[in-house]
Amino acid sequence: MEFGIVELSRLQFAVTVMYHFLFVPLTLGLSILVAIMETVYVMTNRPIWRQMTKFWGMLFGINFVLGVATGITMEFQFGMNWSYYSHYVGDIFGAPLAIEGLMAFFLEATFVGLFFFGWDKLSKVAHLIVAWLVAIGSNFSALWILIANGWMQNPVGAEFNPMTMRMEMTSFFEVLFNEVAQAKFVHTVSAGYVTASVFVLGVSAWYMLKGRHIELARRSITVAAAFGLASAFSVVLLGDESGYSATHSQKMKLAAIEAMWETEPAPAPFNLIGFPDQEARETHYAIKIPWAMGLIGTRSLTTEIPGINELVEQAETRIRSGMTAYDALVTIRAEREATDPAVMATFEEHSADLGFAYLLKRYVDDPRDASEDQIIAAANDTIPTVWPLFWAFRIMVGLGFGFIATMGYFFYMASFKGMQFPRPALHLAVWMIPAPWIAAELGWFVAEFGRQPWTVDGVLPTAMSVSHLSMTEVALTLAGFVVFYTVLFVVEMGLMLKYIRKGPFQDVEETDAWVKRHNDRLAGRKNADAIAMPAE
Amino acid sequence: MILHELMSYELLRLIWWGLLGVLLIGFALTDGFDMGVGALLPFVAKTDTERRIAINTVGPVWEGNQVWFILGGGAIFAAWPPLYAVSFSGFYLAMFVILAAFIVRPVAFKYRSKRDDARWRSTWDWALFAGGFVPALLFGVAVGNVMQGVPFYLTDDLYPIYEGAWYAKFFGLLDPFSLLTGVVSLSMLVMHGAAWLTLKAEGPVQQRARAYGSRAALVAVAGYVLAGLWLAVGIDAYAIVGDYVTDGPSNPLHFEVAKGGSWLAAYAVRPWIAIAPLMGIAGALLTFIGLRSTREISTLLFSKMAILGMISSVGLTMFPFILPSSTNPGSSLTVWNSSSSHLTLFVMLGATVIFMPVILMYTAWVYKVLWGKVTEADVSENSHSVY
Repeated sequence: MEFGIVELSRLQFAVTVMYHFLFVPLTLGLSILVAIMETVYVMTNRPIWRQMTKFWGMLFGINFVLGVATGITMEFQFGMNWSYYSHYVGDIFGAPLAIEGLMAFFLEATFVGLFFFGWDKLSKVAHLIVAWLVAIGSNFSALWILIANGWMQNPVGAEFNPMTMRMEMTSFFEVLFNEVAQAKFVHTVSAGYVTASVFVLGVSAWYMLKGRHIELARRSITVAAAFGLASAFSVVLLGDESGYSATHSQKMKLAAIEAMWETEPAPAPFNLIGFPDQEARETHYAIKIPWAMGLIGTRSLTTEIPGINELVEQAETRIRSGMTAYDALVTIRAEREATDPAVMATFEEHSADLGFAYLLKRYVDDPRDASEDQIIAAANDTIPTVWPLFWAFRIMVGLGFGFIATMGYFFYMASFKGMQFPRPALHLAVWMIPAPWIAAELGWFVAEFGRQPWTVDGVLPTAMSVSHLSMTEVALTLAGFVVFYTVLFVVEMGLMLKYIRKGPFQDVEETDAWVKRHNDRLAGRKNADAIAMPAE
Repeated sequence: MILHELMSYELLRLIWWGLLGVLLIGFALTDGFDMGVGALLPFVAKTDTERRIAINTVGPVWEGNQVWFILGGGAIFAAWPPLYAVSFSGFYLAMFVILAAFIVRPVAFKYRSKRDDARWRSTWDWALFAGGFVPALLFGVAVGNVMQGVPFYLTDDLYPIYEGAWYAKFFGLLDPFSLLTGVVSLSMLVMHGAAWLTLKAEGPVQQRARAYGSRAALVAVAGYVLAGLWLAVGIDAYAIVGDYVTDGPSNPLHFEVAKGGSWLAAYAVRPWIAIAPLMGIAGALLTFIGLRSTREISTLLFSKMAILGMISSVGLTMFPFILPSSTNPGSSLTVWNSSSSHLTLFVMLGATVIFMPVILMYTAWVYKVLWGKVTEADVSENSHSVY
């Protein structure tokens, strides 16, 4: 494949969004964990919990600001680099983005300042409410961005208008309650909760290994392990729900993740591992689990899941139908209101396949002039590159089960074994810190790379979505973003490490005094019991 | 859903044209003083403590203010998709520069005082300066270009093509008229930042803010009047010719547009719009007077009045044009041909009517909680919880 403006723009989008997504999961989860800690503080009035809130809140703030800074790019990049996409689907896609600003960004951004600056200016309960509003705002933003993204995967509630040459919304409720969006939302926020739990667990484990801030670390581990275990279950189960909804909305993505070239008799087996070969259209050395794919994908024993080859044949049919639609569209564009009703009817009949005719634009300016070879080439273009999807998916799922195991272990040890963690387990928790980020980035990759060659599945090909820009312009901005972001990332990591090494430094005297009193009280009670025992 | 038929498409377009103005003005009123404070930072604050006072006057609120910018982008995308598509891809490198400023600025606020090193702090101070100065200038430059029309056309597929090589697209934006509007926008926001600083700070920072702010107010008025005269004699306007409908499909190619005449002709057709430029000029002059007195709250209100007047005068003068095309007037974007669909405009209006009052309410509450001056004692006592 030649490397042109489409590929360069895709690279820029991938770099900026994946970079943005380094900060988002931690914001989503840590905002909630901090709010939980502050809730415990307000309910028990124990200073240690306020210190935890301030300490983890400080790390939250360092991370949050880069999420904000890199998020700004995302709001404008559609217009800058994907202008035809913006025109073509802005009527639907823009709405959740704007509502995200109204409902979520204002909430989190207005109150995050008060969270840091308001400790002395607000009552305890008012400050707690502020903390929860920040958490709710962050999580709402995930809801709306995934409604927008869900529509790209499963474009419901919209139809093409030949007069305006774009998709227009027909039902806001269908866009809102898109099953893909709902499953993705819960899956994504759960991934964020896991990320924050692993982060808090890992940093606390490091303190325990160093023998520092034990009181803070023990309590943090308790919260992180309980919250993390629930979230890890949720992320895997809702990931499964995403797979189920992909069975009816994005069959090609599902087949590619599975490297399932031929339609298998139901219930299809699941390729545990194997080596997909795009050229030969087969998967070598596959280890299959019988029935598993059919059960996961269709939740039945009799429904077939189509393989890649069958889907390519369907695409070819739809390209031909799309060419008919395009032909009618050219007439409608010229005649406008005066168009012959018969042409209108033809267009209505085939308009759902118009996007497939656009796949031909890579080869010919006017899709109606396409040759047979070009039609077949365009149909083959509907297969995404299989091997990266196949492997990225498997690594992500493997990590997901790893999180359940780790969180389950720490939850068990914290709840039933008096927090006596063996040192290797603590080391493991520290080394685990990067794992949820890897899983989250792979998850993004599977969802979006698996959508190719479309920006909006079956509606608009990626190759047509791009702006009219020169390679120089995009190369300049790509280089600019990479340099900027790298510098900011290094600075951020430096600050994070500095403040983690430094440990909690606010309200130290008050907290230490309370901890001492508290421990004496506990020890006193134990001694009292010990003295009382022999007498019995 | 039939509900949206209750409001005519024409009315919804007018409302969303008004809301576009509300968003831009809301952005300038709130984030405007953050940018102004940033641009003033090296001049009004010399020592580290002074800088921290100046920065902490906006410290707790810049994050919420910046959302006006993001919401502006989202709302243009949702309500005026062709405008979003044409302008941001057309002004590509200029947009990148603005984004860079808005990326660096939040980080500078947050990270500046997290290390004691003097070089670390002065580097971030420069970032804060650039993060205020550059966008304040470039937003004005963009307005100057929009008033003159920008070189783009739409293909039959409505694919937007902005003409020219990449360097011409970027440096071509910096023509004399647009540089003048850039100076107006920069001095207007510097004036606004100074009005904010006199309200929130004391001592030398406040004194210097008075001096620089009152000069900026005079530059803003002079530049604004000069730009008005320039419009009268040197800039071509655009007009829709022939019959057209205001509730038809959003397709610019269904309209015919001619270039010629003067934008100021609008004041003959709709004399009442003269209130906007009058408010702009009067507001800036009153701010000039206010900055030299001690009436800080009313000065900030006058500054807001100046911004409201100056920005709304641009929209009212150009109505119904939003983004004219200089090389292909027939592709020009207007209120009647570049909105979202009837349903989307209605849904988005519903969302705005529900959320905007809530946003204004809690924003007002936060400002109330944070009311009062930022003093030297504040920044030295709370060296960890403030910037």
